[in-house]
Amino acid sequence: MSETRSGAQIMCEALIREGVEVMFGYPGGAIMPFYHALPEYPELRHVLVRHEQAAGHAAEGYARASGKVGVCVATSGPGATNLVTAIADAMMDSVPMVAITGQVAAQFIGKDAFQETDVTGITQPITKHNYLVTNIEDIAYVLKEAFHIARTGRPGPVLVDIAKNAMVARTTPRWPDKVNLAGYKPNYEGNRRQIREAIRLIGEAKKPLILAGRGIQLAGAFAELRELAERTGIPVITTLLGIGAFPENHPLALGMPGMHGWVHNNRAIQECDLLLNLGSRFDDRVTGKTSTFAPHAKIVHVDIDPSEIGKNIRVDVPIVGDVQNVLRAILEELPARDAAEWVRHIHAIRDQHLQRQQYTRPDTDMFMPHDVFAAFTRILNERGAYRVCTDVGQHQMWAAQLIDWLRPHTHITSGGLGTMGFALPAAMGAQIAQPNETVWAVAGDGGIQMNIQELATIRQEGLPIKIAIINNGYLGMVRQWQELFHERRYSATPMWSPDFVKVAEAYGIPGICVTHQSQVEDAFNTAYATDGPVLLEFQVEREVNVYPMVAPGASISEMITESPMAVV
Amino acid sequence: MKHTLVALMEDHPGVLNRVSSLFRRRGFNIESMSVGHTETPGISRMTIVVDSSDTSVEQVTKQLYRLIEVLKVSDVTADPNVARELVMIKVHAPSSRRAELSSLADVFEAKIVDVAHDSLMLELSANPDKVENFIELVRPFGIREMVRTGRVAMVRGSNSHAAEAYVKTA
Ligand SMILES: Cc1ncc(C[n+]2csc(CCOP(=O)(O)OP(=O)(O)O)c2C)c(N)n1
Ligand SMILES: [Mg+2]
Repeated sequence: MSETRSGAQIMCEALIREGVEVMFGYPGGAIMPFYHALPEYPELRHVLVRHEQAAGHAAEGYARASGKVGVCVATSGPGATNLVTAIADAMMDSVPMVAITGQVAAQFIGKDAFQETDVTGITQPITKHNYLVTNIEDIAYVLKEAFHIARTGRPGPVLVDIAKNAMVARTTPRWPDKVNLAGYKPNYEGNRRQIREAIRLIGEAKKPLILAGRGIQLAGAFAELRELAERTGIPVITTLLGIGAFPENHPLALGMPGMHGWVHNNRAIQECDLLLNLGSRFDDRVTGKTSTFAPHAKIVHVDIDPSEIGKNIRVDVPIVGDVQNVLRAILEELPARDAAEWVRHIHAIRDQHLQRQQYTRPDTDMFMPHDVFAAFTRILNERGAYRVCTDVGQHQMWAAQLIDWLRPHTHITSGGLGTMGFALPAAMGAQIAQPNETVWAVAGDGGIQMNIQELATIRQEGLPIKIAIINNGYLGMVRQWQELFHERRYSATPMWSPDFVKVAEAYGIPGICVTHQSQVEDAFNTAYATDGPVLLEFQVEREVNVYPMVAPGASISEMITESPMAVV
Repeated sequence: MKHTLVALMEDHPGVLNRVSSLFRRRGFNIESMSVGHTETPGISRMTIVVDSSDTSVEQVTKQLYRLIEVLKVSDVTADPNVARELVMIKVHAPSSRRAELSSLADVFEAKIVDVAHDSLMLELSANPDKVENFIELVRPFGIREMVRTGRVAMVRGSNSHAAEAYVKTA
C-alpha cells in the first residue's frame, strides 16, 4: 500500500504526471495548502507573477510557443477573477491551458465567505470545460480529465476550482490510467466522401485559394500545407493566427487577408471560385461583411470543431477533422495541377499597390513605425531563432504585415480577444518554453502599461526578454478609427507615458530610447549584444495609420488605401 | 417551424446551467426546455423546442455538443413521436358555470383536480396543440393562475434514445 498524501500533494503529483514543468501563479488564502506542498516537488517550476492576469497570459505564451498545455494558478476570489481575461483570451484562440484556482472550503461555499467567488459560474462561457472539486478523492481524476480536454480536439482552457478542504484532507491516491468521457469524442478523421468532393473541386477550380488559419499550427500540418500548395500551385493566404503556417518567402505565399490584409488578398478572395479554408474560423476581421464574402467561391471548410462550420459563412463541403489528417487524406489521391495564370493575376493586383515597406512619409523629422519594422525584420532574419509576441493595436498589425514570417509558432499574438497587455507576460511564457531563442515582446505605449509590473517577474526570473515599445503617444488604433470614422475627435486617446527607460532601470533592466531613424539599427544590435532583458522605446511619428483597411462592417471589396492609385 | 430536440446529458451539478447559459450567450431563442431523469441513473434527458425561423437548429445542436457533458442530441421533429405537455389551470368557476367547464374538461379528457367555492383546478396532459386549444377555450371563463411544463417527447416504436448506451463503463 502506498502512503497517504494531502490533496495538495496529489495536485502536485498529478501535474508532474501530466508532464508539467512550469506554472505561473500567485498565492493567497484558499490556495495556500497547494503552495505549502509545492517546495516538496522541485521538478515543478513556479514563476511568481505580479498580477494573475499575467499568469494566465504567460501560460498562454508558454502553450503557444511550445504546443504543450500552459498552467496558471491563483487563489479564490480576486485571484481567480484576475485570471478571467487570460482565460477568455485562451478560449478565443484555442490555447491549451489549465487554470487551477483555490476555493473556500466546501462548508463555506454559497455563504459569501471571505474571498469566495463563483469562478466556475463566471468562467463557464469562456472555458472549454470547468470543474469545482470539493472532495479529495476527485482531485487526481479531475486533473487528468482537465489536461485531456485542454489538449485534445480543439484545444482550449479548462479551469479546475479546488476547495481548500480537499487540499488539506489526506488519502491514499488512486491514479487513473485513462479518462472516461462518454460525451467527448473529437472527430480526427475527415469524412471520406467530403474529402473526395474536395479533391474533385480542387481539380476543377480555375481560381482556387487556400486560407490557412490557426488550425494548421495546432495540428502541425505545415509540411502537408506546403505539399498541397506546391502540388497544385494554389496560393496561400494566412490569417493573423495562421502566420508562420506557411513561409512568407515562398512564391505561393500571399500574406494576410481581412481588415488590415493586403488588397490583392481580399481581391483574390472576392474573385476566387474555390476557397479552401484550412483551420480558420471565418472571423469577422477576415470576412468583413459576410453577405458579400467570396461571392463566387465554392467553400471547403476543414475544422476540428463542427460548430465552426456554417456558423459565420455558408459552406459547400464541410470536413470535420484534424487538418493534418484531412490534408494527408487529400494528398493521397490529389493529382498535380497548376494555377500559374491565376497567381500571375493576383501578383499583378499586388504590383498595383504599395508594397509592404512602402508608405507615405509625412513631412516631419520623426521616423515611421515602418522604419522600425523594416530594421526589425532584417535583424530577426540575420540572427534567427526568435519568437515575437505582439500586443494589440497598430503595432500589432504592422508586425503582422511587415515582418517576414518564416517559421511556425514564431508569431504569438492575441487574435480573437485582442487583449492589450498580452505581449509582455506572453513573452515570459514563450521564453521559458524556448530558452534558447530570442523572445521579443512588441507593444504599444498603451498596452505595455497594462502589465508593465511584469518587468519585476522578468527580472526576478532572469528572463532575457527583449522588449520593443512602439511609442506613438496615442492609443493608436483607436485614434486611427477616430480619425477615419469619428471626425478626428481624439476622445481619450492621447496618452502621457512615463519615461520608459527610467521605468526599466527601476526594475534593473537596461533601456534605450530611440528618437531618430539613425539609431534604430544600433538599438536592435545593442539589444542582441546585451545579456539578459533589454527595453527599447521607439518614439515614432504619432499619427500614422495602418493601411490598407476595410472599415468595420464593410465588405472586403471596399478597401481604404493610402495610395491614390490604389482605389479598389 | 418548431423543432423538437431530445438531448441526453450527464446528470452533473451545473449542467442545466451550462445549457441555459449557452442558449443565452449564443442568442438562441428557445421556446421551451424541460429536463428530468431517464431510465438510466446518472443521465438526464432534456427536450428542447426551437423555432427554426429565428434560430439555427443546426447551430443549437452543434453548440450543445461542445458541452462535455452532453452525450447525444437528436432532432426528432420528423420522426413519428409522442409529444406531451402538462398544464394546470385555476379557473374562475361560480356554481352557475361549473357544468359547462366540466363538460369542456370531459371533451379534452382534462381532470378536475381541485374544487374550491368559486374556482376549479384543471389538469391536462396532451399534445401541445391540444393544450393550446384547451387554454383558449378555458380563457373566457377567467383564468386565475396557470402553469405549464415544457414539451417532452419520445419517438414511437423500438426505442432510439435509451440513455443506457451512454452509461460509463468504468
Ligand atoms: C484590454 C483592452 N482594452 C481596450 C482595447 C481597445 N483597443 C484596441 S487597440 C487600442 C489602442 C492600443 O494602443 P497602444 O497600446 O498604444 O498601441 P498602438 O495602437 O498605438 O500601436 C485600444 C485601446 C483592447 N483591445 N484591449
Ligand atoms: Mg500607442
